[in-house]
Amino acid sequence: MRDAHLDSSAGDDNVVEIRKLWTVFHTPDRKFVIHKDLDLTIARGEVLSLVGGSGTGKTVLLRQMLGLETPAQGSIQVLGRPPGSLGEKGAASRVGMLFQHGALFSAFNVLENIAFPLRELKTLPGKLIRDAAMVKLQMVGLGPEHATKMPSDLSGGMIKRVALARALIMDPPLLLLDEPTAGLDPESSDSFVTLLRSLHRDMELTVVMVTHDLDTLFELSTRIAVLADQKVIVNGPPKQVIAFRHPFIEQFFLGERGQRAMALLREYPFAV
Amino acid sequence: MEDLKPRLEQQDGPEGLRTRVLGSWTAAQFALPGAHKSAAQALKALGSRATGAANAPEQAAWDLRELQQLDHTGAQLLWNHWGRQWPARIETSTTQRAVLDRVAQYSVDLPARAPVTLWQRYLALGAALLHLLNHIKGFIRLIGQLALNLLRLARAPHEGPWRDVSGHLYSIGATALPITALVGFLIGVVLAYLTSRQLRQFGADAFIVNILGVSLIRELGPMLAAILIAGRSGSAITAQIGVMRVTDELDAMRVMGISHSFRLVMPRAMALALAMPLISVWTTCSALAGGMLASYLAMDITPAYFLTALPNAVEVHNLTLATAKSAVFGILIALIGCHYGLRVKPNTQSLGQGTTASVVTSITVVILVDALFAVVFKDVGI
Repeated sequence: MRDAHLDSSAGDDNVVEIRKLWTVFHTPDRKFVIHKDLDLTIARGEVLSLVGGSGTGKTVLLRQMLGLETPAQGSIQVLGRPPGSLGEKGAASRVGMLFQHGALFSAFNVLENIAFPLRELKTLPGKLIRDAAMVKLQMVGLGPEHATKMPSDLSGGMIKRVALARALIMDPPLLLLDEPTAGLDPESSDSFVTLLRSLHRDMELTVVMVTHDLDTLFELSTRIAVLADQKVIVNGPPKQVIAFRHPFIEQFFLGERGQRAMALLREYPFAV
Repeated sequence: MEDLKPRLEQQDGPEGLRTRVLGSWTAAQFALPGAHKSAAQALKALGSRATGAANAPEQAAWDLRELQQLDHTGAQLLWNHWGRQWPARIETSTTQRAVLDRVAQYSVDLPARAPVTLWQRYLALGAALLHLLNHIKGFIRLIGQLALNLLRLARAPHEGPWRDVSGHLYSIGATALPITALVGFLIGVVLAYLTSRQLRQFGADAFIVNILGVSLIRELGPMLAAILIAGRSGSAITAQIGVMRVTDELDAMRVMGISHSFRLVMPRAMALALAMPLISVWTTCSALAGGMLASYLAMDITPAYFLTALPNAVEVHNLTLATAKSAVFGILIALIGCHYGLRVKPNTQSLGQGTTASVVTSITVVILVDALFAVVFKDVGI
């Protein structure tokens, strides 16, 4: 069951390849270099977390993978194609994105939101689309009774779940998450992480996420890439990353907050 | 890409009819033109053939192992075709089985929608009436609140939101000058041309000054300005306040103990009450300039004559009336904009509806109030 729409021969095992990437932001009087010669490859089946201090361009990198922003220099290949082609029809079958605040269409109800990418293909009958959306709704752990609710009637956790169902409606091989558990209470955060883990396993997803939540980070990630000093300073399994000597890593992982989450390292196996 | 096309093949094997599912049964494939149609037709043809054949449909064997790819959409299509139960004999890979299992587990029908009864319609009518009353009540409350706030301001003028007032004066008043001047000028030109034709038939050329003077100063100038400002600033006011609702800024203000009415409604009402008469005079002047130009070109009435005849043709009460009327229009536009803005619910659809309703209502109200003024002051200035 290799992905048929990955028609590029090269890098069949690398879902994302970033080479010599430069990101520069201009203000009227000066310019800020966010990324400088940044390299990053993400292999199929991984759960890669992007970590870094604020302003290190984690979300920008995610947006560049989606083609929402263009880098100043360098190349990005997502599933063997430049991310600019993501604006085309049927893009939802290549990449799913979970935005930080869900980005549900507030004029549509839950089912219409989930079904939207399929409906926009204009080739499938309404009944099949509704059935497929109902299946996805329940796969993310919501009951059929929520199907006709409007986004404004949902709780934060439910919004994330509906947004996830919408991101997965066309079974994309790559899923991008921006702060998947931000703004959730610990309990819904835990159940959301469990859901992500089971979906990752069941649907053979490659996941790239930006997160500040150490619990989420350690429970889900198979690899962690740390952004600092305008590039990826280390990219490896969690244990290897923690062992790396760098002021940011020491402050982020080995502070008091980090120590608490590190207890999880002993509890949870990394193999997902 | 022919081998990816979703399709079916049937074979008669030793154990009976055998259906091989081939190609790629994914949403991405179905996105291609005709792919879903041909797959659905193949499935349909299969159903009828199977019933006609000696083998009952549930006896036919399904083989999915040569399938390139199967996703949840493709699985749903097959599952629906099987009447939402497993065929008697099916051969799949483990991943395909997992996908089908999930689809099988989660396929349910939507909860049916209850039909609308006559009683519910009757109740909906009542609800609509109450909704209208609620709007009127809310608007009256807004006016009362504005009056109280103006009293509070009179008692402690130094506490007033003066910076807001001046900001709104600029954005509502100053930036509207070009567009109102342009529209006014063009209306003046058109009006003068059309009336000049008629007047010439009666040889009453000189009366163009009276017609243009009274109609533009008393009616058209204030009305045009009010309608333009209602469309331009009324919608902006609703959208600004509505966005504040969507992003919880209104709640944040209330928690800090700052009154919406004092801080949001009053400055806008004050700014519009002041700016509206000025814009109205400006629009009128520009329309008169247009009329003057057109009369000169069409009827050889010189601007000098026009300007000397104007004070005799139009009593000064007309100008007073127009200015007072404009101030009322300004306050109404601001209040209606704020009224709809404050009622926006925290979602984008409600924001759009609120903005539309605000513009439509304020233009309607401006015209209604103008008619009221015309009736009440019918003996003044003419």
